[in-house]
Amino acid sequence: MTPGSPEILTEARRLRDHFAANGAQVVKADVLQPADTLLDLYGEDIRARAYLTADPLRGEMVLRPDFTVPVVQMHMESRADPARYTYSGKVFRKQENDEARANEYVQVGYEVFDGQNPAGADAEVFAVIADALSGLPVRAASGDIGILTAAVRGLQTTDARKAALLRHIWRPGRFKALLKRYGGAEMPASRAALLAADDPFAEAGPDIGRRSREEVAARIAALRADAAAAPIAGEEIGLIDAILSLRETCPNVLSALRDIAVDMPAVRDAVGRMSARLDALAARGIDVEALEFEGSYGRTSLEYYDGFVFGFYASDRPDLPPVATGGRYDALTARLGQGRAVPAVGGVIRPDLVIGLSC
Amino acid sequence: MLKLGVPSKGRLMDKTFQWFGQRGVTLRKSGSDREYAGAVDGIDGVELVLLSAGEIPRELALGNIHLGVTGSDLVREKLANWDRRVAELALMGFGGADLIIAVPQAWVDVDTLDDLDAAAAAFRGQHGFRLRIATKYHRLVREFMRDHGVADYQLIDSQGATEGTVKNETAEAIADITSTGETLRANGLKILDDGLIHASQATLFRGRRAGWTDAQRQKLKALQLVLGI
Repeated sequence: MTPGSPEILTEARRLRDHFAANGAQVVKADVLQPADTLLDLYGEDIRARAYLTADPLRGEMVLRPDFTVPVVQMHMESRADPARYTYSGKVFRKQENDEARANEYVQVGYEVFDGQNPAGADAEVFAVIADALSGLPVRAASGDIGILTAAVRGLQTTDARKAALLRHIWRPGRFKALLKRYGGAEMPASRAALLAADDPFAEAGPDIGRRSREEVAARIAALRADAAAAPIAGEEIGLIDAILSLRETCPNVLSALRDIAVDMPAVRDAVGRMSARLDALAARGIDVEALEFEGSYGRTSLEYYDGFVFGFYASDRPDLPPVATGGRYDALTARLGQGRAVPAVGGVIRPDLVIGLSC
Repeated sequence: MLKLGVPSKGRLMDKTFQWFGQRGVTLRKSGSDREYAGAVDGIDGVELVLLSAGEIPRELALGNIHLGVTGSDLVREKLANWDRRVAELALMGFGGADLIIAVPQAWVDVDTLDDLDAAAAAFRGQHGFRLRIATKYHRLVREFMRDHGVADYQLIDSQGATEGTVKNETAEAIADITSTGETLRANGLKILDDGLIHASQATLFRGRRAGWTDAQRQKLKALQLVLGI
């Protein structure tokens, strides 16, 4: 099915009308967006995922890979709170590894900006999307990156280590390596030699480039401070691992997290928020007893989610991309709002995949 | 007819001719020295196509040539999912060069990717832009950095004299091909301990997709028998 086919547009219209009927204002965004915001947020990785091009006057531009960033920017100017938006249009994603996946498809989205009742907003977005997919053979999965970040913030260690771990929440490999290092794993020989040297700059070679000797010296001081800090206790690392390996239905996970909170009180608030969210979901008629939760869900996507995350998958087609995905992205609005954060949660549905399931 | 693509000039061409010659298949340029036409002796049904080494990956993937000799770095850089489009028939043992990440020797605090990542985070905070790495191998470097979880860098395109970009302050670090490392040292740079992205060498590839008839498949078998690969 081509991305602009009449069936897909009809389904997209149905979904957008469904979101509008739930109180969302219909908004539009340009196909060609300035690339600087995305490059700032995601770095080089965005080049592997989105189509970047150069405009001689406007600089680097990108074919929109999603609507989230332009919708957040639009909202930051309107300042309404609460506010709900819906949109429908094509997005463009490079597929460097899987040619079977579409590089151009329609997304229909629902975004809620509500600082008053985050648990209610999380549940609302999930329920409105679940409602749009009702009757289809889909299963839902969920997670909560906020629990992991709360656990990292609560570690008994230095702020520098916590900042380094938080920076790599979305890069599981590097996160794990850092945690191991901070847990007392042996440092590389090169670093041990550097820290043992009387004059670290004895064989430094010429000072070239923009990174100054002061910056190098500052990092050596930071490395010395880190070497002097006590390792993160094995029990604490065990708790992080326990959170990451959670994979059960929501009520069971909630119970396990309450056990973890006994040893790690820092996660108590985040667990309380999850509990409130489950109540709000149940109040909207969602069967939370059957809803799956994965501790590391949403960590490898490029979506910048930092709280509740969810996806809907075709039950018997694990090869297909998710039919719908969404989550909370408070950190993104804080970055784009230059300090003025507006809590936000949203999700998107792919009408082409919905049609594939209905027939 | 089986089309064999070979680099059209320089040491890579000479070494390729030598490699085939030692295995009983003579490749040569036909006509004048300036003409890019070739001939094959020692086996029938194989046609020599002289091409720029950088174009051989694409031509193989398109099926315009069936076999091709080029650097394994070029195939990995220019073809997404390279191993689904082409297959290695023989590593040829010459044209060796390593694609590596190098930083200024003055960065005594940076010897590993872990260091580079931490330095990049601090650099961005200090300077307000992401640490620049000059390279022409965008795909290979980006995939390597992603696989190793390095963030807060940006790639700057550099098609030549890449070692000089740090001194000229158009980049903070580089990712480039080196065989001995001498040019790097002369430019005040050092290789990261775990900064080897790919050890490249001249390789004989076959296309895996379009354009193969049964006769061509049989011809390839016959050629492999002659070459002993």
